[in-house]
Amino acid sequence: MYDAVLSETITITGHEGDAIEAYSARPLTPGPVGGVVVLHHLPGYDRQTKEFTRSLAVGGFNAVMPNLYAREAPGADPDDAMAAARAQGAIPIADDRIVGEVAGAMDYLKGLSNANGKIGVIGHCSGGRQSFLAAVSLPLDAAVDCYGGFVVGEPPAGHPLQGWEPVVNRTPDLSCPLLGLFGSEDVQPGPAHVAELEAALKEAGKTYRFRTYEGANHGFMQVDSARYQPQSAVEAWAEILGWFGRYLAA
Amino acid sequence: MCTYLTEKVAISGSAKGASGWFRVTEGSVYFDHPVHAPYGHTLNIDFLAPDQGPSARVAVELSAESARALMKAIEAVLDSAPPGLE
Repeated sequence: MYDAVLSETITITGHEGDAIEAYSARPLTPGPVGGVVVLHHLPGYDRQTKEFTRSLAVGGFNAVMPNLYAREAPGADPDDAMAAARAQGAIPIADDRIVGEVAGAMDYLKGLSNANGKIGVIGHCSGGRQSFLAAVSLPLDAAVDCYGGFVVGEPPAGHPLQGWEPVVNRTPDLSCPLLGLFGSEDVQPGPAHVAELEAALKEAGKTYRFRTYEGANHGFMQVDSARYQPQSAVEAWAEILGWFGRYLAA
Repeated sequence: MCTYLTEKVAISGSAKGASGWFRVTEGSVYFDHPVHAPYGHTLNIDFLAPDQGPSARVAVELSAESARALMKAIEAVLDSAPPGLE
């Protein structure tokens, strides 16, 4: 079996036509294969999320992860870029900008010579919310929300997301099947948030699958984190590859 | 969960980073996911010199308990310093 994968830093056209840095990983097969946009977590465009992107390529998908902090700190180390974005008041990143970056990443994936035209999106933590946001804003074929906070629920007083409309309200606009992966010990999203999201999906007649891993906390798939939980993460990876395999097939 | 919260503070002093000492003018304080520390959330402080670029940064990620202990230690030292030195 031919299993070569190419991973590299590239430049894509993002929100409002701006050039931004991104990390691409793709199988060197003629295809056709589906594509996945990866949205990194709040700590940034880091080593472990790049590993995640490569794992999708090993799994048979073209994958690309926009550096969501590239505008604030082009070329900086990922953690310095996150810090610069915070210091500049850019976190949380505006929703329209996220949608623009994902749209640009979709165009990049569709333009690859081995692309089958199907595109999915996945994100963790803040990226989980952004994945759902993308899926209610853009024409996608599959989405995965890994423990995205504040998809539902009112942020507490003083929280920077206060006043932003909860994206769950846009569930009727969801363009694709949604896989949700959650930890039973998480508080945002906690079990009540997950139940509320599920109710909204049911009411809107959307296709979805939710898995909640017992004993897992927020960030259970982050391999560099103290909260990494191998058994849940391995099962979640099987869910992800299965979901994209089903909905991004030619 | 991501708290997203960031408190910014103007500071005046110096910090030592990978390239040696530099003047710092801004601080960011936030309680959110760490990059390196083995906790779900940490109290993070960035000592910054924005005019020198994003890499002019000295960062710490502290457990909530140790951050509170640090606050008390800073206050105690400043309070016990002889008058007229600040």
